Amino acid sequence: MFSTEQSCWFIRKVVCWRAVASIAWAVLLLLPITAVFVILSRFSLLHPIQTFSECLSFLTCASAIFSLILMCGVIIMVGFLNLEYYTVIPTIACSKIALLGQLLHPRQFVNSLAHCIMGIIVAWCCAVTLGGRYETIGYPCTQGDGTDSSPQMCLNEYHLILLLAGAFVGFSHSLLAVISNINYVSFHTVQQYKYLRFKGSLPFVVKCSAAQALYSVRNYIVVYFFLGYIPKAWICKTLNLHLNSSVHPLDSIAGLLDLSLLYHQWISASFLLFTWNITLLLFRIFVTEVYSFPVQSSFTEDAHQCLPKVLTDKQPMILKFLALQDVALLSQHSPSRRCEVFSLSQPGGHPHNWNAISKECLSLLADLTQRLVAYHDTVATNGRAKSLSTGSERKTSSETSFTSATEDLMSPRPTLLLRTPASVFARFVVGTPHSPLTAPFTPDLDSPFASPALRRLTAPLDQCSPWFGTVQSPHIMRRAPKLWSTSTDSQVNGSPPASPASVPSPKQEPFKPSRLALFLRNRKEQVKHFLAKRVLIMYLFNKLPEASSQALFADSQAHIWALEGLSYLVQASFSEDQFGVIQTTLPSILGCMLILQEAVDRHFKLPHASSKPVRSASGMGDSTYKTLRFALRATLKTAIYRITTTFGNHLNAVQMSAEHRKRLQQFLEYKE
Amino acid sequence: MCSLALFPAPLACGQTTLCESNNELLSGTATDHRLKQDSSPLSLYFPRESLKLHCRTESSSKAAFLDHSETLWMRSAAAWRDGGLTGLLNEITNSNTEVPKWLSVSSGFTLALLRWFSSFHGSLFPHLTMSSENMLAEFSQVLNWSDCVVRAFAWHPHADKFAVALLDDSIKIYNPKSATTPTLKHRLQRSVAAVQWKPMCASALAVACQNCLLVWHVDPCSLSTRPSSGCAQVLSNPGHSPVTSIAWSPSGSLLVSASPMDTAMMVWDVASESCVPLQRVGGGGVTFLSWSPDSSHVLASTPSALFRVWETRTWTCERWPCVKGRCQSGCWSPDGSRLLFTVQGEMVIYVLTFGDTPGPQAAAVVADLSETTFNTADGDIIVGGEIHSLSWDPTGERLAVLLEGFTECFVRFSVSSGFVQGEPGAEPRMMQFHPNFQHGALLTVCWSSGRITHVPFYFLGAGVPHFGLSGSPSLPRPQERPADFANQSLFTELIS
Repeated sequence: MFSTEQSCWFIRKVVCWRAVASIAWAVLLLLPITAVFVILSRFSLLHPIQTFSECLSFLTCASAIFSLILMCGVIIMVGFLNLEYYTVIPTIACSKIALLGQLLHPRQFVNSLAHCIMGIIVAWCCAVTLGGRYETIGYPCTQGDGTDSSPQMCLNEYHLILLLAGAFVGFSHSLLAVISNINYVSFHTVQQYKYLRFKGSLPFVVKCSAAQALYSVRNYIVVYFFLGYIPKAWICKTLNLHLNSSVHPLDSIAGLLDLSLLYHQWISASFLLFTWNITLLLFRIFVTEVYSFPVQSSFTEDAHQCLPKVLTDKQPMILKFLALQDVALLSQHSPSRRCEVFSLSQPGGHPHNWNAISKECLSLLADLTQRLVAYHDTVATNGRAKSLSTGSERKTSSETSFTSATEDLMSPRPTLLLRTPASVFARFVVGTPHSPLTAPFTPDLDSPFASPALRRLTAPLDQCSPWFGTVQSPHIMRRAPKLWSTSTDSQVNGSPPASPASVPSPKQEPFKPSRLALFLRNRKEQVKHFLAKRVLIMYLFNKLPEASSQALFADSQAHIWALEGLSYLVQASFSEDQFGVIQTTLPSILGCMLILQEAVDRHFKLPHASSKPVRSASGMGDSTYKTLRFALRATLKTAIYRITTTFGNHLNAVQMSAEHRKRLQQFLEYKE
Repeated sequence: MCSLALFPAPLACGQTTLCESNNELLSGTATDHRLKQDSSPLSLYFPRESLKLHCRTESSSKAAFLDHSETLWMRSAAAWRDGGLTGLLNEITNSNTEVPKWLSVSSGFTLALLRWFSSFHGSLFPHLTMSSENMLAEFSQVLNWSDCVVRAFAWHPHADKFAVALLDDSIKIYNPKSATTPTLKHRLQRSVAAVQWKPMCASALAVACQNCLLVWHVDPCSLSTRPSSGCAQVLSNPGHSPVTSIAWSPSGSLLVSASPMDTAMMVWDVASESCVPLQRVGGGGVTFLSWSPDSSHVLASTPSALFRVWETRTWTCERWPCVKGRCQSGCWSPDGSRLLFTVQGEMVIYVLTFGDTPGPQAAAVVADLSETTFNTADGDIIVGGEIHSLSWDPTGERLAVLLEGFTECFVRFSVSSGFVQGEPGAEPRMMQFHPNFQHGALLTVCWSSGRITHVPFYFLGAGVPHFGLSGSPSLPRPQERPADFANQSLFTELIS
């Protein structure tokens, strides 16, 4: 994966430096955080002044400095993992089994292991800091009844329980990270300075770290009560330590109900989670900072860093997102940069900048429209399966208009990738082999191309996606309970998913259903029927109600910026566009927005699409992706209104179909 | 500087202002005025008697039931739910016969400590000790809010319709083109302090309530007269109540809300129901918000003698300490280059000019509205006083000023000025200009009698080029002439 990322100047020059800066700040902040932790952990109400002098003397001793250096290493590691695992498009599990698949993914396993080890290291540092009974793992003791008092090393269980708590908290943190999509980096609508953003979200981080630590410690105590003897025995065996029988064991109710022990566990866990969350917060703040791309450059060697070129890049998603954000911001706030967008190329007089920007934005929107229409086709509103034949016959007028509109939009770019969330997910776990467990259980969308017209459209486009060939197998179950996704279908067909690109599409190969295939299909139906009755299986495989809708709009932040950018630019063009470069694209912009509006309206009529997600304010996971579809709907309407209020009745002169004109008239009369 | 001495004398008793034409305010007697007004569909009258009010609050309903002895646990749980920590402590202290002595004594001690601390905090910011109703009345832009039949009013920024919030906590939407007048009611819609329509949208209406913020989505094509409460989004944040002021960004993307209890101003992304608190030290709360029409600045005034002007690109703010009192009201010029504001305790209007140069250094006085005596046929009339609210019309030619006294005064920049008077006994409570009136400006005034009237000012704007598009929706005026208005000095600055 590094070979692909190294090639991109943006990752090298911007994202890496931003990550380094965020880690540096996190390391700098470590010192005050540790000081606070030391004071809180050693505080005694009766001797406040003595506490402070003790803390000061501790902070200057060698072991404290050593543990601080270790902590710095951990922070750097956490920062590196953040950089490695972050994503701007969340991965949304559409069923319980998909979530399980994500949790068991080898990449995730490595992450969990790393967090476990880092948890142990941090817990060791905490143990050193707490001092007293926690300090070492072994202590000299005299075993027996005094007659053969040979000095031995005994296991210090307080030390062990703290170390294991660190490992447990680290592990549970990494698991929760998957469930709450902690790696997802969202972009804020309010552009504040980094310091102010940090200051604003600091109380929240403190609160959620403390709460998460409390829950983790509670779970850990339960686990230790039941399973604590296993690590204890193992450690004793490997380190040749003895158990002191005169000391009360800690994996008992009386041992665990020690208030001071609980407090120290909780404060250590809070310290651990807080340092990690602060690193994550800083990373998010730094990486989502606005980057201002030049609209055009006078030097040709910088041309690849200019906005029109950068927008069309696909690979580092962060680059595309920042570029779109920059388009949205420049269209709102900076007249001078807008002027560059509207300018003409010096020899030739072509509006290259505007053409590139508008084409990219429009293709993004057309892509979303296509996704929505395809999704709507697979999920017939009443939830019944729709066979292929009826699908092709029942083609609504909107679809026809849509295909004609998208065809002319796409004709200049035959290599347009269809970014279904499935393929996005596949691309975002680059570096590890594509696990067959996780990918197939992505949203309903994986088999969307029901109507032949759409299939014709997409067939030549989707070459590089792993779904090529597999999605078009003719007997795809259309609708839930979708026990088996496409991978099993393809295995029935005899095409292993490992080499999908080599499989020719079924259109080309002469397809005759052999008796064996029929037999297999019947067996499969039987197995499916049998499994569908089992409660656990159904629980695991049932679609989560909102998830497919969320997955459909997972990358909608890009569409929101595209809509904002286009509409603000069109609004500004009313007074700023000297050469009329916008006017040539205005019909296609309006057409694209109106088609999308229709598709979005239809999507929101589906069950579960318009139900609001439960607001969960706990945890560091950013849940903005859950409401992106509502934001997109609002932005789309606002964007159309922005154009109609600016141009008013002038829009009657714009060429468009009668259906669109009718729709636009509704907007002109403020009736939408 | 402009002063009331330059004004023509107010009308005689019984006369009401009808409209402005040829730079003169025309008046008529009350009866023919009413006849004329009643024929127009947008003039409304809400008699106080017609509204069904909540006769008792929820806490007072306790007295209607028999006293019922519950266990201490039940009472403590109820006290915790109703009154929080202080309620719980109070309950434990009062029931000292049932709890151990050390518990009641320690809870009484804690309670006293809490009270002492909150009184200390309250002495820093006196408004924190007010009840939420009083706070709304104190900081609302409506004069005498708690006694007002019409509590809030908002024109739609593009279409010809408006929303009226009434004393009985319902909101009615009037549209001259449709026969249905939807009435919006919601369980949480109590003590409405402000309403505002979302720009660039036909249906969304934000309502500032006592405990939360509601955003209604009223489908303009729907024939329903009682939209269900499912049409309303509830936006709430702990500690952010009561909401006294709201402002949509002119581009329709963000909503800001302010509460005198909360030092943070909330910036809402309404669609995703998420908010970003913008917090600064000092002030003790935010009372009034106004977004400049070019969406580059937001005025946020605080309960102390301090207001802030936020810049909306990176959300940084300028602090403007006042000498005398808090900033009571403010309004922006249509191109967003000038801010007029008034300060409580002073009878003048100040102006701040924003431009390309880094910010203004000091505010200048543009108008002095101190008490002036007019000799009329009915005897001497004294007009003048503190200014409660300001409103600047979208063409930038007329400024309406609501005085704390009884008459509404109306200042005009171009040639002359005058007073707008209602029917005898009626006091103006609130006013707003129509956002896109074709023939000049249209001032809507809500009176204490429950009447809403519209006073048109017919004129041709000096700077506005008139396009040959009849019925064209509001054109983006700030962008049409960004330069000339900023360079042109105000009329009152010229004559000073």
